[in-house]
Amino acid sequence: MLRVENLNVWFGHEPDRVDAVKDASFTVAQGESFGLVGESGSGKSTILRAVAGLIDTWSGTIAVAGQPLTARKRDRAFYKTVQMVFQDPYASLHPRHSVDAVLSETLRLQGMDDIDRRIARLLDDVGLGRGFRFRYPHQLSGGQRQRVAIARALAAEPRLLLLDEPTSALDVSVQAEILNLLSDLRTEHGLTYVMVSHDLAVVGHMCDRLAVMQAGRIVEVMGVESLRQGTAQQDYTRQLIAASEGYARA
Amino acid sequence: MTLLSVQNLRVSFPTRQGIAEVVRGLSFDLGRERLGVVGESGSGKSMTGRAILGLVRPPGRVTADRMELEGQSILNLSERRMRKIRGNRISMVMQDPKFSLNPVMTIGDQIVEAYRLHAGGARAAARRKALDMLAAVQIRDPERVMGAYPHEVSGGMGQRIMIAMMLAPDPEILIADEPTSALDVSVRAEVLNIMDGLVRDRGMGLIFISHDLNLVAQFCDRVLIMYAGRIVETLAARDLHHARHPYTQGLLNSLPRLDAPQDRLPVLQRQDSWRDGDTITQSLETEFPGGL
Repeated sequence: MLRVENLNVWFGHEPDRVDAVKDASFTVAQGESFGLVGESGSGKSTILRAVAGLIDTWSGTIAVAGQPLTARKRDRAFYKTVQMVFQDPYASLHPRHSVDAVLSETLRLQGMDDIDRRIARLLDDVGLGRGFRFRYPHQLSGGQRQRVAIARALAAEPRLLLLDEPTSALDVSVQAEILNLLSDLRTEHGLTYVMVSHDLAVVGHMCDRLAVMQAGRIVEVMGVESLRQGTAQQDYTRQLIAASEGYARA
Repeated sequence: MTLLSVQNLRVSFPTRQGIAEVVRGLSFDLGRERLGVVGESGSGKSMTGRAILGLVRPPGRVTADRMELEGQSILNLSERRMRKIRGNRISMVMQDPKFSLNPVMTIGDQIVEAYRLHAGGARAAARRKALDMLAAVQIRDPERVMGAYPHEVSGGMGQRIMIAMMLAPDPEILIADEPTSALDVSVRAEVLNIMDGLVRDRGMGLIFISHDLNLVAQFCDRVLIMYAGRIVETLAARDLHHARHPYTQGLLNSLPRLDAPQDRLPVLQRQDSWRDGDTITQSLETEFPGGL
């Protein structure tokens, strides 16, 4: 579904050029859920943004559903296949657009018909119900906003969903609801996920395989089983797992 | 020994729908210990910290039967008298160093200014103190950091600088509001170790506000669990995983775990009785169970 080969992403020009991603390669199969983990600044979100077409300065190969992306500008067909959910639901929804406006605009942009019925179904899909249709973001809780953001991403009926820390701005009780929703949607719609998170437990819960990143490089690609059993190959991965297990008094 | 004693603390804000009470009858005592305050967003945990420091601005209203710092009332003091306490005797570290450091002042100037405001004295002496404080929070090259601007240091370093600045006047109580949630896990341990050491060496009382149950269970001595502005449960941190209240149990169960995979995460079923059940007033004093 997604193939990334020798991906380099950089910002700025010499001599201030920053190489954010260096020579990253991985593949994600159809229907799989793939995690990207690492510290802040390791380049995990940058990979996601390069795939989504939000960053122009990259080299290497990105292929979605067998189609290599070459053009700097993605066409409409691309965004029918790939959609993204962002970290902060407080920032990713326009404060003066109602849920109805957000969803109907997206549906119209994707050239959908029968918008009324589709909005009702999208709201049902993300567990919000029709009563939320004419609300504004300030009338919604953080979890409800993230559900709207997920509904917006689903509006295009994509096959690949890019999830950038989808629950890190939410309380743990709400995080459980959103993670359950994402699991259900993946089963129902046969979606493929690429999920960025700094929380190894969340990635362990959601993903089949994951890539561990450090300073722009992928240091290890591993199955979730070896994450659980602590059989990571690289020292850095083991350190990261140990640190995420919490605080041990020095 | 009790450093801070709070009895029936209430914080309310007038809204168009009437008065909203965000802290509703909170009582606790703080000794020379690490006290964790846990709850979801909106549970009133941050507002509790702000109320203690007198940082709730009108039209917000703070009332309490008692709010005493070592026997002396600090409830609704005048701004002038509160300034003598704030920073000097009770300090606060906020969540994100990016927003609490002044972006257009060098770090050295900020620490020196904060220190001289409380302790007075000559610039040169304050500068030496600032260097000492930076060294105390394990910043390797304090001379260089003194001359740097906040955007030139990392998040973890910024938070250590904040802690250095807050600790320069030697406060008796430190209130840390989500001090590590903007930090990476690898940096988190460092910052916690520094706070832990300072609490132990100086005998400070620490109020550690966090939404991270596991972290609090490992780091603190005692935990208050807040729901809708009230304490629903208070227990020794090491007993957190034997919590009795369904809210605490629900929060713990909703966390994904690496060692116990499951298909679906249990979702919290909120009950109205949690809002208005019996208020917990007893303080469950544990004398330094972590071995301070």
